[in-house]
Amino acid sequence: MSLIAIENVKKSYGSNLVLNGINLEIDAGEVIAIIGKSGSGKSTLLRCINGLETIDEGIISVGDVLLGRSERELRALRLRVGMIFQQFNLFSHLSVGQNVMIAPVIVKGVKQQTVRELAQQNLARVGLAEKFDSYPDQLSGGQQQRVAIARALSMQPQALLCDEITSALDPELVNEVLSVVRKLATEGMTLVMVTHEMRFAREVCDRVVFMHQGKVHEIGAPEEFFTNPKSPELQQFLGMACV
Amino acid sequence: MIGFSLWDILRNLLLALRWTVALSLLSFLLGGTLGMALLFMGNARSRLLRKLIRVYIEVFQGTPLLMQLFLVFFGLALFGMEVPAWLAASLALTFWSASFLAEIWRGCVASIVSGQWEASACLAMSHFQQMRYIILPQALRIAIAPTVGFGVQIIKATAVTSIIGFIELSKAGTIITNATFEPFTVFGLVGLIYFLLCWPLSKYSQFLERKCNVAHRH
Repeated sequence: MSLIAIENVKKSYGSNLVLNGINLEIDAGEVIAIIGKSGSGKSTLLRCINGLETIDEGIISVGDVLLGRSERELRALRLRVGMIFQQFNLFSHLSVGQNVMIAPVIVKGVKQQTVRELAQQNLARVGLAEKFDSYPDQLSGGQQQRVAIARALSMQPQALLCDEITSALDPELVNEVLSVVRKLATEGMTLVMVTHEMRFAREVCDRVVFMHQGKVHEIGAPEEFFTNPKSPELQQFLGMACV
Repeated sequence: MIGFSLWDILRNLLLALRWTVALSLLSFLLGGTLGMALLFMGNARSRLLRKLIRVYIEVFQGTPLLMQLFLVFFGLALFGMEVPAWLAASLALTFWSASFLAEIWRGCVASIVSGQWEASACLAMSHFQQMRYIILPQALRIAIAPTVGFGVQIIKATAVTSIIGFIELSKAGTIITNATFEPFTVFGLVGLIYFLLCWPLSKYSQFLERKCNVAHRH
């Protein structure tokens, strides 16, 4: 059984149909890249999975939890999927350590001491163990994004959603973030990432999803997907992206 | 005829000042508490509740404080409730300041970028936890200066309660004038006392504003 199941999901903003019947099954441990032109609905789809956006039709489930509308249902789902944002969204009034520790303490009620050890482990995983007492505005973009990854990991999610997590970074900082994601992938974390890093998608992902006009237009293993794209839209998109 | 020294006047004004300060503090604390409750309810899921909060805020900001005071003082009397002046004054000022503080704080909360809401929601925090641990601590930094600034408005607004016979600084000024026939001296002193009360607060508010803009955290 798949970890994340998306069935016939539709969503529109006013008269603009953003998601037009999405079907997608993601297995535990799979790494999925979602690519497509801006406005194709890829970010919206990602944000629907953990209920940051509401859906008009269809069903989304993660593990045994169905996406609902009440705060209780949403929180149950969000305990299973973490999210990392383009703009990092670290809590600027809290130190790096506190950023990573706060959710397990107040949401799960884990003891301070246990959480501290977990936070230190997770910061070490992203290579920032020594930044425990720094504040977000003292860090580079790449470091902030890695803290955001550690923060998401501290809730021990079954899957991570990555929404263009390297798009706000200076080019020389992209790799330090991607190498952390690559490590997570090899450790078996389920990852769903909206990305413009075609080379990364090709090297790391199990499947690549091309979205076009609110639909999953083409989907496949990266080798086949990039070398032998079937639809003219994908051919055109990849041509534009110069892969 | 009895003469009044300047000290006689000042001493009596300072005695009445206690009530201005007490009323200001009480209104600020109760108004702040009610304002905070309004702030939380204004974010509620229930549309009806949000509407009601909006109406409350619009009504209390859109009518003169004096009218609100009259309505509490005379309005409740119509229903057979004898409201003492101090109670009517405290109630009206509390309702009035709550509407402004709620709106000031709503603006501060709204100025926190949506990414902070989204990130905390994604960590499975409840709405209350988001407010308590993520949003309010950051909004507080922005809110300190305008909140202290509004404290100054409350102090000056207490003067209005002299109309219903609450003996605070302004009312004491009127009474003393009636006895001494020296309105310029008396109200000059009254004005000076208000100024000495408000001016340091204004300065403090400006200082806080600068300080919070420079230091971006903690």
